[in-house]
Amino acid sequence: MENYLYTALFAPLVSSLFVALFAARPKMLITGIIASLLIATSMVASFVLLINVNTYGPLHVTMMDWIAAGNLEVPFGFVVDEVSVIMMVTVTLVSTIVHVYSIGYMDHDKSFNRFFSYLSAFVFSMMILVMSDNFVGLFIGWEGVGLCSWLLIGFWYERHSASWAANEAFIMNRIADLGMLMGLFLIYWTVGSFQYDDVFASVKTMDPVLLATIGLFLFIGAMGKSAQFPLHTWLADAMEGPTPVSALIHAATMVTAGVYLVIRCGEMYTLIPDVGFAIASLGAFVAVFAASMALVNNDLKRIIAYSTLSQLGYMFVAAGLGAYWIALFHLMTHAFFKSLLFLGAGNVMHAMHDELNIKKMGGLYGSMKATAILMSVASVALAGIYPFAGFFSKDKILEVAFNEGAYFLWFALFIGAGLTAFYSFRLVMLVFFGEKEYVKYGLHPHDAQPFVIYAMLPLGLLAVVAGFLEHTFEGFVTRLLAQYEIHIAHGTEALLIAGTLGIAMSGIAFAVFMYKRGGFPKSWEESVGYKLLSNQYYIPKLYELYIMRPFTSIARFAWLKIDTKIVDFTVDLIAKIVYSTGQNARKMQSGNLSDMLRWMVVGMVVLLALALFYRPMA
Amino acid sequence: MYEIIAFYVFATLTIGMFGIVVMSSNALYAMSALAGGMIFISGFFFILDAEFLGVVQIVVYSGAIMALYAFGMMFFDTTRDVSEKMRSKKIAYTLSVISAILVVTILCAPLASEEIEAMYPSIDTVGNVQMIGVVLFTKYLVPFELAAIMLLVAMIAGIVLASKRMDEYLAMEENEIEYPKETK
Amino acid sequence: MITLTHYLVLAGILFSIGLVGVMRRTNLLMLFFSTEILLNAINVGFVAVSKYYGDLTGQMFAFFIIAVAASEVAVGLGLLILWYKRNGSVDLNNLQTMKG
Repeated sequence: MENYLYTALFAPLVSSLFVALFAARPKMLITGIIASLLIATSMVASFVLLINVNTYGPLHVTMMDWIAAGNLEVPFGFVVDEVSVIMMVTVTLVSTIVHVYSIGYMDHDKSFNRFFSYLSAFVFSMMILVMSDNFVGLFIGWEGVGLCSWLLIGFWYERHSASWAANEAFIMNRIADLGMLMGLFLIYWTVGSFQYDDVFASVKTMDPVLLATIGLFLFIGAMGKSAQFPLHTWLADAMEGPTPVSALIHAATMVTAGVYLVIRCGEMYTLIPDVGFAIASLGAFVAVFAASMALVNNDLKRIIAYSTLSQLGYMFVAAGLGAYWIALFHLMTHAFFKSLLFLGAGNVMHAMHDELNIKKMGGLYGSMKATAILMSVASVALAGIYPFAGFFSKDKILEVAFNEGAYFLWFALFIGAGLTAFYSFRLVMLVFFGEKEYVKYGLHPHDAQPFVIYAMLPLGLLAVVAGFLEHTFEGFVTRLLAQYEIHIAHGTEALLIAGTLGIAMSGIAFAVFMYKRGGFPKSWEESVGYKLLSNQYYIPKLYELYIMRPFTSIARFAWLKIDTKIVDFTVDLIAKIVYSTGQNARKMQSGNLSDMLRWMVVGMVVLLALALFYRPMA
Repeated sequence: MYEIIAFYVFATLTIGMFGIVVMSSNALYAMSALAGGMIFISGFFFILDAEFLGVVQIVVYSGAIMALYAFGMMFFDTTRDVSEKMRSKKIAYTLSVISAILVVTILCAPLASEEIEAMYPSIDTVGNVQMIGVVLFTKYLVPFELAAIMLLVAMIAGIVLASKRMDEYLAMEENEIEYPKETK
Repeated sequence: MITLTHYLVLAGILFSIGLVGVMRRTNLLMLFFSTEILLNAINVGFVAVSKYYGDLTGQMFAFFIIAVAASEVAVGLGLLILWYKRNGSVDLNNLQTMKG
């Protein structure tokens, strides 16, 4: 069984390293195929492990000792328990599909090989993140996905906007990582070990204030990775990367790492419900906040990015309120339909020659039937309509909020559901139905190659049926995670479900109705509200003005005044001193015997003086 | 009483002679002063009951070594005064004064030690020469022989260095020897 | 009363005179003379110590120093003569080929 673990873990690494050999060469189709095959191997191994864990229970493996310094002992250990195996299956499934899709998408790209190398490296880092059995391994995976995300967002690095977005993502992640590191330090200081087992065993006896601090710090780290407010601006800009990257990283895997962290530390967060409630409140805020920005955006991928942001908020609400298995469930279903949305968007972009403005599209249903159907399916799942997957998971979260008595949160999520339905179908209507705007630009769209569509089909299927796996899922995951009882009367529960369904369907109906008629009046675009939303509440501008500019001037000052004048000067001074000493001492070697004799006498005098004044004590 | 007078007389004379050696610009004066100084040093040895050494000093130093120097001086042009352009006199003199002060200070300190035991104690009844003979040929035999070999080597080296192609002469016939032209 | 200290001080003074000569002289032959002074000063020291501690080791040492001085003069003068033949001068300042 351990072999399956190692296969699942290291197949992506092998893929990445193998393809990296060809990274500088022009496109070689074989690299894509081999990469996809190896990731598929990892997926198969993950499924085997899923069955194994279901039958026999968790699997612990310690590969080797890594750090053994004094009292600090950190091994390379891996654990395959219920939570991590679900994550593994999700990650590898979506990764395999994205790899196959990329063979078609990156068809004409000159850096075809490099892309697969980075993509596989990302999968490897994510696997380390979810499979590690101690916080340090988690952190390694954490940083690894941050790095690979930087590499992938800035894949087309010749574009200034792309490299800027990559830097923004990485730097924001790093800022949040400081918080996570503080949390890790506190954990080590209190517990003395990084292993999950040890930490969770001792949290029960920890001082609540200390525990709250640790929980808060770890959540700060999660905030960066999962792009919660105020560290959210990088996610929208990260759409500069190729679409498969967005599908993999910014829908299914990396951004869910933060949620995974909170879920993993569930035993800790149940003891500090106030911090959990704060997390949930922030999540609800982000859910509505992001949805509002998606309402007016015209960029195809950005709408989907804001949608991801919003759904992450939902996940954090569930995790914050203690319903960890529900958060994990929503994570899984969201991965399926969101990556499907992104892949569909990729198809549309390809057909439209990388055009992103949805106002310039329309009526693509005729030429791209398969993509249109898949994207509609994904959007319906996202909106949360029965019997699609999103209904089960999202509805459960609303019930959780209601159950906890956090009616304000429930209301926010309720509104969010409506907004989600609206903007999803706004997207679908504007892209696939309505006027064929693209004709004005002389574009001739065609659907993607067949194998790409076939790759997307499993996701479509899962987006439809995954919801029915809810009870199996609950039974499986709650072996490890906390159970969550929902105590709402059946009548109220039915009312809630009906309400949520109602607002979702009305959102869809409203979108279809409005956009069939040609959309909203143009005058709305001049209003303050519209401007606020379309400029992302001017937050990026704020950041630039109050954080980036002062920091840049400090950095410039430090470079010119401190680094060049002081540090360089000191180093050069040392070199100059050595050199000039040599130059001056050279005069001693004049070759003149008389001089040499004088130096001899000087030495003798020095020794005599030493003998006289520094006699060793008798 | 006599010892004190003799010591100071010899001391003054020796210092004076060696002063002339060091300071004089005439090579001949310097050499003669050196020879004189050697003799007075041997006087010291006589005061200190080291008769054998005193005689050896006169014979070897004043006799042989000064003779060597005299022959050497014949080689160089010594009628001219040796004009020396000394560089930075101040440093030289300062250094020597400092070293003199330091050495004297060190040596003026009372030499304390009751545990110093003589390794080869002198016996007062027997004369100095006999004692030296005994010690030299029993305890210091090996150094003696080595010194002898060293002197032999030095002699050969001196001859070879100074003569003209002497290493070849012994193997050549009379008519093959080339006599050099007269040098300046 | 002439103690050991007197002799040793005398030896020290003679040694310093020798040092002056070594540092001052630029004619190689005169340099050799100064070296002889140094050796003789040391001899005086050795013999004085030998007398005052009743040990013959000092005199033996002085004896061997004399022997060594003799051989040193022989070889040194030989080299000096060779150098003179080659360069025509025994001045130190003309000897400066090993400049660092």
